[in-house]
Amino acid sequence: MHVPDGFLDAPTSVAAGAIAVAGLALCLRRARAELDERAAPLAGLVAAFVFAAQMLNFPVVAGTSGHLLGGALAAIVVGPWTGAVCVAVVLLVQSLLFADGGLTALGVNIVDMSLVTVLVGYLLFRGLALLLPRSPASVVGASFVAAAVSVPVASLAFVGFYAVGGTTDVPLGTVVPAVLGVHVLIGIGEGLITALVVGSVLTVRPDLVHGAHSLLPAVRLEPAAVT
Amino acid sequence: MTRRTTAFVVVGLLVALLLAGVVSFYASDSPDGLERVASDRGLDAAEQPSGVEESPLSGYRTDGIGDDRLAGGVAGVVGVIGTFAVGTGLALALRRRGGEPDRRGRPAHQVDTGPPR
Repeated sequence: MHVPDGFLDAPTSVAAGAIAVAGLALCLRRARAELDERAAPLAGLVAAFVFAAQMLNFPVVAGTSGHLLGGALAAIVVGPWTGAVCVAVVLLVQSLLFADGGLTALGVNIVDMSLVTVLVGYLLFRGLALLLPRSPASVVGASFVAAAVSVPVASLAFVGFYAVGGTTDVPLGTVVPAVLGVHVLIGIGEGLITALVVGSVLTVRPDLVHGAHSLLPAVRLEPAAVT
Repeated sequence: MTRRTTAFVVVGLLVALLLAGVVSFYASDSPDGLERVASDRGLDAAEQPSGVEESPLSGYRTDGIGDDRLAGGVAGVVGVIGTFAVGTGLALALRRRGGEPDRRGRPAHQVDTGPPR
């Protein structure tokens, strides 16, 4: 879903950049509360894993692919504030080193694929957590739904920017169904991958899944390392 | 960080290296959802190449390596190491140190059990 340069006009790109900077500044401040001695190295791992997973495009319909965005996954594993920072790190590296996503479009891409997916994914995950019984299966199921919904919402965020300052004049009545339709399908892939990864981490180290802390009946605690 | 957590991070990193360095070769080459819609509907009429199009890793292909599999694999490995380094560095700079309490007054080494119920 990486937006290249030239899809959006300059004022819109600048405005998106300002939203991204403000959002990330808040995330960086709040991430501190999530990052204790143990969570810090996990943040690097989550960024690296999301980068790797984003290289794995899977086919959705004929001639079209999708890939994990990873915002919901990152938020569930390391917490929403840290998770948004992790995905932003991925987008920054992709934009600067790999020419994946434009430089002037970096703000739009951070808003769509980091801030929006984390916000939607994490709120939905927590909402479902309140409704479902406390069990590992609930964590996995909530992860699937949260991740699956985050993708089409992120694609709508792009359409919102396009509506404000697209450089072309394609009617929204054409853009919305086309963008939304394919991203609903990609969202199913996002949900499956997210549920698989969250489920795997839950199996080996449930205490490392931030979003499971209030959902699991009794998380086995690792003795704290006092340094 | 305890030994078990170190092991988890190391194994996780190896999985990421394997995915980006090897498995990525088998990923779909088709345009992604947005690229596809953009080219089908003409949203990309004013698209411009990225300012870093000349980067040696542009498009996840490493310059100077003829073999497709290797050119993509090297780019993937560089990306995984780069994102891990930046992510870990940032997190270490931000984290709460030793005895510094968090917002709820709990010490840093105590496990977060989520919001109070």
